[in-house]
Amino acid sequence: MLHIKDLHASVEDKDILKGINLDVQAGEVHAIMGPNGSGKSTLASIIAGKETFNITKGDLTLDDDDLSELDPEERAHKGVFLSFQYPVEIPGVSVTNFIKTAINENRKAKGLKDMPASEMLKLIKEKADLLEIDRKFLSRSLNEGFSGGEKKRNEIFQMAMLNPKLAILDETDSGLDIDALKVVANGVNKLKSKDNAIVVITHYQRLLDYIVPDYVHVLIDGKIVKSGTKELAYELEKKGYDWIKEELV
Amino acid sequence: MSLKDKLVSSFIAFDDHLEEDSPIQEIRNKAIQFFEEKGFPTKKEEAWRYTSLNSILKNDYCIFPNRDNSVELQKVRKYFLHDIDTYKIVFIDGVYSSFLSETTHENMDVCLLSSALNKPKYQATIENYFNKIAEEDSLTSLNTAFANEGAYIYIPSHKEVEKPIEIINFSTGNEAALMIQPRNLIVVGENAHVQIIERHQSLTDNPVLTNSVTEIFAEKRAYVDYYKIQNDNSNASLIDTTYIDQQRESICNVHTFSLGGKLTRNNLNFYQNGEHCDSTLKGVTILKDKQHVDHNTLVRHIAPNCESHQDYKGLYADTSTGVFNGKVIVEKEAQKTNAFQQNNNILIDDKATVNAKPQLEIFADDVKCSHGCTIGQFDEDALFYLRSRGIPTKEAQALMMYAFANTVLESVKIPELKRRINKLIAHKIGVNIGFDI
Repeated sequence: MLHIKDLHASVEDKDILKGINLDVQAGEVHAIMGPNGSGKSTLASIIAGKETFNITKGDLTLDDDDLSELDPEERAHKGVFLSFQYPVEIPGVSVTNFIKTAINENRKAKGLKDMPASEMLKLIKEKADLLEIDRKFLSRSLNEGFSGGEKKRNEIFQMAMLNPKLAILDETDSGLDIDALKVVANGVNKLKSKDNAIVVITHYQRLLDYIVPDYVHVLIDGKIVKSGTKELAYELEKKGYDWIKEELV
Repeated sequence: MSLKDKLVSSFIAFDDHLEEDSPIQEIRNKAIQFFEEKGFPTKKEEAWRYTSLNSILKNDYCIFPNRDNSVELQKVRKYFLHDIDTYKIVFIDGVYSSFLSETTHENMDVCLLSSALNKPKYQATIENYFNKIAEEDSLTSLNTAFANEGAYIYIPSHKEVEKPIEIINFSTGNEAALMIQPRNLIVVGENAHVQIIERHQSLTDNPVLTNSVTEIFAEKRAYVDYYKIQNDNSNASLIDTTYIDQQRESICNVHTFSLGGKLTRNNLNFYQNGEHCDSTLKGVTILKDKQHVDHNTLVRHIAPNCESHQDYKGLYADTSTGVFNGKVIVEKEAQKTNAFQQNNNILIDDKATVNAKPQLEIFADDVKCSHGCTIGQFDEDALFYLRSRGIPTKEAQALMMYAFANTVLESVKIPELKRRINKLIAHKIGVNIGFDI
């Protein structure tokens, strides 16, 4: 589904990604781990289409589409979803209004009419229940004054509403207490299917107890230096990243 | 002949035309003299530093349009808030249209200034209120000199007006260029409530210059909710001067939506003459092309324990220009004043300009006053966030513009008006999305 080959990217002439190779198939969960500053969030942003980064070399495709040629909104229409590490606060736009606009713009891109209001309300209710989101929360301004946990829950709520083909969860566990983590992970697991794929970016193995990966990759200094199964995550939790760095030398 | 000379020499003809012993004859004479001395304001004056009238004064305006100009209801229906649920005072090229209007004299007066000026039963009100808070400045004086037509609204004490009042000035373009000078007098009695919507609308591309003056008197505990819709076409210019006199415990809110026109100047003046007054001045300005809007606000806190809230949001595209000149004066006696002023602007294009100048003059020592002013661009991170959810750039920008303006929109208290303004804004930004929750 997602195919990344020898991907290089830079920001203001500084190389951040230095030859990433990654293949993700439908039905799979991949985890990308690595120390701070290794390029994890950059990789997530590049897949979603953030324009501050330049792809200098390599391939980035989703099924038959060359993502690198598409605008962020077009990537979303193709089924890419990024759960932000730091969701942006947008005062004056309610969660409901935002998600309605997003759903209908995605439908418009597919040549469909707006979703009927009753259907929209039903869907919102169903997905809000899935993530144990209070109805009052939905009329608040998007992310404004939300706690860390509320922001992340709201990200996964959006994922549930948009039902993406490829979801990238960028540090979705940060800022969550254990109860919120369980709710969010449970939500993600319910959204998992044989037709979609999930890439989890995290520092810690903790989240992977709840969202169990099929593959774990270690990203250091802009490159995936080691890949394995979920056991690799336990090893990293115990031993840190230094042993891998030493192995590389 | 310059427009000034033309106006001054037309005054005699205008005056001859009116009925003799008009109660405001003397006021008119003094006003034209003042205008003759001062002339139109120029950029040399501090208050007009960023707005030049030169380009709009050079047209050869017709000052006395045909009195028989008419428009079809079908053509203008869309400018009314409701067909039936509002009172309407409608003028066509400055002349009252009884056909399009819906006035009343039932327990209140929603009618014409011209008839109020001529009928003895209104004489006391005219003497007590007319030109009593209007300041001596050249444009106000010019309007006063030619004051004859406009809205006359008198709401007696304890009357809650059940539907909004619309004041609409249409210009037909039957004249090659037209200057009109509406004069509105609004008196809201003790504990009375009223909602008013004012609109100026040109129906062709012929140049129009409107020099409008409105005086509003809010008596003790009166409640006045006033909306100005400025969405005129690119050859129509408006100088709007509004004076509001507030007595004890009165509440006055003015919302100004400046979405069009060639040049718009809003002089909005509040005078808090009694304790515990509350004044709100809010505005949304969305401009493009070469449009220019200048908001010149004044809140004069004269009595203690009063509040004022100003919130002006501006979005400027292309080479449009905006000015916000907000002055708050807290006089020595006005202790415990709370005065807040906020002016935020987004420049959508590099060539758009905003000049913002907040001014606080505080002579009391126990007050809370604040002002904040920002000029910026769209937040790129927020745009990316919206786009990553599949919302295209234009719609994402629209959503952000709407969110930006929402602190002003949310306090519009007439739901249908709010819906209309949302639609106008969506149209202005060129998107077709419903903003309503």
